[in-house]
Amino acid sequence: MANEKAHPAIEALISKYREVVEGSPLEYTADWKAKHPGVKLVGCYPLYTPVEIIHAGGMLPVAVIGGGNRLEIAHADSRFQSFVCSIVKSTLELGLTGQLKILDGIVFHSICDPARNLASVFTRNFPDLMVEYIHFPQNLTSRHAVSYLAAEYRRVKASYEKLVGRPIDNEALCQSIRVYNEQRGLLRDLYRLRSQSPQNLSTVETYILTRIGTFLPPEEHIAILKEAIAAASRRDERLKDRIKVVLEGSFCEQPPLELIEGLEAAGCYILDDDFLLGWRWFSQDVAVEGDPIQNLARAYLDRSVYSGVKHDTREPKAKHLVDKVRETGASAVVILAAKFCEPALFDYALYRRALEAEGIPHLYLEFEEKMWIFDKARTEVETFVESMLFD
Amino acid sequence: MAKKETPKTNYQGQMHLLQKDLMGRYFDSLTRAAEQGEGKAAYMLISGNPVELMLAFDMIPVYPEINALQLAVKKVALPYIQKAEEIGYSMDNCAYVKADVGLFLGDRKTPFATIPPPALILCNYVGCNVYLQWFEHLAEYSHGEIFNLDIPFMRDPSGKPTKEDTEYVVKQLEEVIEVCERITGKKFDYQKLQKIVSYSGQTGELWSKIKGLTKRVPSPFDAYFDSVTMMAPLYCLRGTEEGLKFFETAYKEMEEKAELGMGPLPEERFRFVIEGPPPWPYLRTFRDLFAKWGAVAVASTYSTVGGLWEFGFKHDPNRPLESIAEHMLEWNLTNRNFLQRYDQIRRYVQEWSADALVIHSVKSCRLFSAGQGDMREYFTKELNIPTLLIESDIEDPRYFSEAQMKNRVDAFFESLEHKKILREASAPGGQA
Ligand code: SF4
Ligand code: SF4
Repeated sequence: MANEKAHPAIEALISKYREVVEGSPLEYTADWKAKHPGVKLVGCYPLYTPVEIIHAGGMLPVAVIGGGNRLEIAHADSRFQSFVCSIVKSTLELGLTGQLKILDGIVFHSICDPARNLASVFTRNFPDLMVEYIHFPQNLTSRHAVSYLAAEYRRVKASYEKLVGRPIDNEALCQSIRVYNEQRGLLRDLYRLRSQSPQNLSTVETYILTRIGTFLPPEEHIAILKEAIAAASRRDERLKDRIKVVLEGSFCEQPPLELIEGLEAAGCYILDDDFLLGWRWFSQDVAVEGDPIQNLARAYLDRSVYSGVKHDTREPKAKHLVDKVRETGASAVVILAAKFCEPALFDYALYRRALEAEGIPHLYLEFEEKMWIFDKARTEVETFVESMLFD
Repeated sequence: MAKKETPKTNYQGQMHLLQKDLMGRYFDSLTRAAEQGEGKAAYMLISGNPVELMLAFDMIPVYPEINALQLAVKKVALPYIQKAEEIGYSMDNCAYVKADVGLFLGDRKTPFATIPPPALILCNYVGCNVYLQWFEHLAEYSHGEIFNLDIPFMRDPSGKPTKEDTEYVVKQLEEVIEVCERITGKKFDYQKLQKIVSYSGQTGELWSKIKGLTKRVPSPFDAYFDSVTMMAPLYCLRGTEEGLKFFETAYKEMEEKAELGMGPLPEERFRFVIEGPPPWPYLRTFRDLFAKWGAVAVASTYSTVGGLWEFGFKHDPNRPLESIAEHMLEWNLTNRNFLQRYDQIRRYVQEWSADALVIHSVKSCRLFSAGQGDMREYFTKELNIPTLLIESDIEDPRYFSEAQMKNRVDAFFESLEHKKILREASAPGGQA
């Protein structure tokens, strides 16, 4: 990079964490735990967890997002069939091979049928792990949804109070909301920066900077983000001849970094995406005045982003995608869906319909977290990009 | 073991004739709604639903799952599935949805009925997340009014809903009432609902008694293949007088058979519990694979998707909304967690004296299937129950491989047969 010397810190930082992300964030977390023996760890399966409740109890919420492409599946594929997505199997494999022993608890949510059954399989196979399951409301027009969700959060809070052995008070909750508000706010800044000048911040960099926040303490992540955003803002690269796209469909299982990188190298700037969506769940801050549990519940209904696992009858999902394309100024959409991920696959049918109606070109790709070979995807993107550039 | 002839299993009693007649009339009501605009259609899902409330407003319940099922049984599903795949649905999406969407986007005429457009799309989200997207899509295609009736999943270790869960569902049912009043222009009639709920209560009780009959040896009917005959009226006609009458007839008939020691097969050699939905496009072929071994299903989880009555639940007309809520929350298979299903199956095996468990893993329905390998592990390793896991599909005929399936089933029953011979030989009084 031309001006590498001007701000070496961010590159060094990103490449350090790239190794962690590509290797095993769980190993990193194990080291962290060794240095902080008193702190309990709660694993969070995608997508969204009200991490504030865990954090306010003095515990560290860490994402459990499958096993990447370096984990061999030797046991879990006899428990979950070939037609189930990779992340379900790799997460179970991590458990069956003892790699989740560092966790004190794990939380699943009502995102899809396989993840729901996985929660039960965890309960049976790992009796020492506290398995929690959150049912998020899917009736967002009901006058009673907020109070239902607040009750659900109180139930979850009681469960974590038991795990940590002390009450979690409102003051601590408000403080945690402030911390995560700051973190999510910075992530929104980071995304905005990339969307406005994608030549200065690549998607892989954005991804790594976001991903580390899923296993570092948020306070540490905040400091890194501030530094990274400042450094990236100083960059001044030339815009290349690439098409600008919005990427959609990778909200749960995560594609390998090489694939993300490959997409950009094949001639796209990704202006927005739905990677790690649960950790960027709110489009605005969660309110801090008043009852924190109520505020978290209300934010889920009123301030959360759209997603394949949240079914909001107030507005068609496809409209959100089209709006995103218009707002960012992208000229196309890349659907990057996890293989066998029904929420993403079903969404595609409606997205395709809406995109065609709006005259927005799109490319449909599937991935698996465990994939190693990216040539085919890359060729498809190149062909797509060419068809757009020379049209 | 000498090769066996497949015994005939097409017993046709009064129950079957009555069923055909009732279902025919139900489908005619759909056609009349579609073609003559008679009545307002409410789309719902089978799993634990509030049909009682729809009937209280004289709405016609339409079940896209039944449409899909009928298309598969009539062996005409594939072109609809392919039509959906052409417009962007994946090979890996639930084929029930695809068949129904293919049908919905066409003229909605089928060999059994013409499907009316929805006046209300009531997505009773009971367990299956695919439901949410299925109905979201139908709402988008039809521009019909949609209401997501959100049912919290059974996640507490006690297996019970929380107090707040029940309150939340009851309050949503009250919101559904407001919607129905607006759509139909009718005032909600509490006493009418009580009457309907009372029919449901009695129907459920009879159904549970019928299910109890398969504890007898021999079992008077097959709790999978014959239960299907009874499930259609249970779902489409629950809460009506004629639905109740059907179950009175069915119970009488099955009880008589039980008294006479009659079963669905000439000889009951094996009793098994079956988990998972049937392969509708190949139901007969599938049944024969078991019949040939003298194997009778004495209990099935599939027959509890729309309601679990055999463990004590009954709709209560004195608490109509609460009991509809309890049915939706707790008393159906789909909204119960996977371990509750293990427990249900364990009870079936023990209380219905079964020799084995057969798991039919279907690709379309991950609600049912995802993780059934772990279930097999539990039953074979922890409980020592012979367990067979076979794969095909509930709807898509492309996933049924008869030869492969036959090999697996034969090998399984051959080994059971072998064990049985050994056991009989070593039993006191046996010829050692
Ligand atoms: S990738 Fe899709 S199907 Fe798999 S667990 Fe996540 S949401 Fe469910
Ligand atoms: S996944 Fe299963 S329960 Fe859900 S719609 Fe499909 S067949 Fe029905």
